[in-house]
Amino acid sequence: MQTVIDAHNISKVYNPDTIPVHAVNNVHLHLNRGEFTALVGPSGSGKTTLLNIIGGLDAPSEGQVVINGVDISNLKPNQLIDFRLHNIGFVFQAFNLIPVLTASENVEFIMLLQKKPKAERNKRVQELLASVGLSDKLDARPNQLSGGQQQRVAVARALASRPQFILADEPTANLDSHSAATLLDIMEKMNREEDVTFLFSTHDQRVIDRARRVITLVDGRIESDSAETQIKH
Amino acid sequence: MLLKLAWRNIWRNRNRSLITMSAIASAVLLAVATVSLQQGVWGHLIKNLVSLYTGYAQVHAKGYWEEQTLENSFEIDKAVEQQVAGTAGVNAIAHRLESFALASSGDKTRGCLVVGINPSEEERLTQLSQKIQSGHMLKSDQDGALVAEGLAEKLDLKLGDTLVLLTQSFYGSTAAMKTPIRGLLHFGSPDLNNQIAYIPINRAQYWLDASGRATSLVVGLERPENLPAVARSLKNSLPKTFEALTWKEMMPEINQHIEADSAGMYIMLGVLYLLIAFGIFSTLLMMLAERQREFGMLNALGMQPWSIARVVLAETVFLTLCGSLAGLLLSYPLVWYLAEHPIQLGGDMAEIYAKFGFEAIFPATIKAKIFIDQTLVVLIVGLVLAIYPVWRVLRLNAVEAMRH
Repeated sequence: MQTVIDAHNISKVYNPDTIPVHAVNNVHLHLNRGEFTALVGPSGSGKTTLLNIIGGLDAPSEGQVVINGVDISNLKPNQLIDFRLHNIGFVFQAFNLIPVLTASENVEFIMLLQKKPKAERNKRVQELLASVGLSDKLDARPNQLSGGQQQRVAVARALASRPQFILADEPTANLDSHSAATLLDIMEKMNREEDVTFLFSTHDQRVIDRARRVITLVDGRIESDSAETQIKH
Repeated sequence: MLLKLAWRNIWRNRNRSLITMSAIASAVLLAVATVSLQQGVWGHLIKNLVSLYTGYAQVHAKGYWEEQTLENSFEIDKAVEQQVAGTAGVNAIAHRLESFALASSGDKTRGCLVVGINPSEEERLTQLSQKIQSGHMLKSDQDGALVAEGLAEKLDLKLGDTLVLLTQSFYGSTAAMKTPIRGLLHFGSPDLNNQIAYIPINRAQYWLDASGRATSLVVGLERPENLPAVARSLKNSLPKTFEALTWKEMMPEINQHIEADSAGMYIMLGVLYLLIAFGIFSTLLMMLAERQREFGMLNALGMQPWSIARVVLAETVFLTLCGSLAGLLLSYPLVWYLAEHPIQLGGDMAEIYAKFGFEAIFPATIKAKIFIDQTLVVLIVGLVLAIYPVWRVLRLNAVEAMRH
């Protein structure tokens, strides 16, 4: 199996000089291509911080994150931004689409930053929005879409750059059950059919139930990992 | 796409953007109208006073302007004449022989400036015939005078009457002449209107016993803005016995007044633009504060801070350009109207202006440069103000920004 994420000894301490807060404490995480993994845990357990570190948005206080063989801790800020653009897809809790762009432009935007040719961009936009069931909403602005539809556009956008993996921070937190189920169906389909690796933080039992691997984080430490449990059994 | 993004972003808060653009448009309108009016008024004055009387430059015998007597006149020299006429930018020259004299009619006497002219040269230089209200232009071979209306009125003279002139000749003897009035002139400048009379230069030379002499060689320009270059060229090339002076050197008080007035106007415009700058800056700050999360998200997705900053810059440019263009569209008809229908003061105000030698007319001038300059000023103000949001964007931390 191809290793996509290899995080060693990750720690993140806020306010190290005053009142240190250990958000993530000595975490080791290894994800292979094609995994569909949920990172669970109570609020304040360090899920978002860990996702930010793995996604290159935040630097760890200690440890090393290797994505597809590249140690991202050694990258300069501009290189890291470029690395994110080409290797990591993000789905945020609060949809975070660009409000002045249409659904198709939001998806196209990432490929534009990647300087992909127009014909390729157009083809991929059509494909992705069709795969998330929004072929009829190409020209709709985010404020003309429901929360579930916006989150589906966000997934299409995350996939547009053909990333190594997608990090999703509480992707269903703001969705009703029907929209959440539709979104999970889409994410599972992408995972199965396009072999896209997903790592999402969540509280949502519906998501946890659908994940093939569940990592539980408590007080910044990995308390359990279903993959290890399976191996032990 | 980045430009499209920037353009759409400025319409996210339509009311705020429209208010900001309106403020910019008002400032440009006010600035363009003020500058056009000011330059128009001064241009009118210069045209009245300078192009008609002094010309844009004059060549004299050295020292004449300091002491304007016939003793400081010069002998007309063909070589100098050709040299001046051949200077790049010069389109007309005219010799004059000027002398202050007493003008008399019946029991009335007035001091006046008698200017001996070559009618055809003077016509090319100042289109003097256009100032004739009644009568006709002088002819070189014909006796006669053109008298300004104000002077004629004070002397109670009409067309066809005889004007008596008395002064001191080149050799110091008393010189007197009688000449019929061939035409009455009207000048915009009350100073000229009340004291000037023209006679043919050959008659003036005979009257003043100054055969072949002139006091000045007046220089006309194709384009007034070429004056500095023409003046430089004349000063460098003329024989040492001559001096070349621009109208600014001959009438420094007018130039100083223009400069002082311009400085006052620029201070006013500075205050105006400062107020507008606060308006633009507050819009940019609100825009920055509202969109922290979005900037963080764009950065997280892989957009370089410089690209985000370019969008912010483009938004500022669009905002200021739209405001400026609206200001230009509004100001053009206003300036055009003021150019075609100058503000004309009457009554006491007109008399006060007349006392100072000004015609109480305030025309605007229509110059592309004024419109372009004001647009550029607003654009530069916008770009300078955009430095702060750009700096903030460049220091963006995606995680912190997304917490907003």
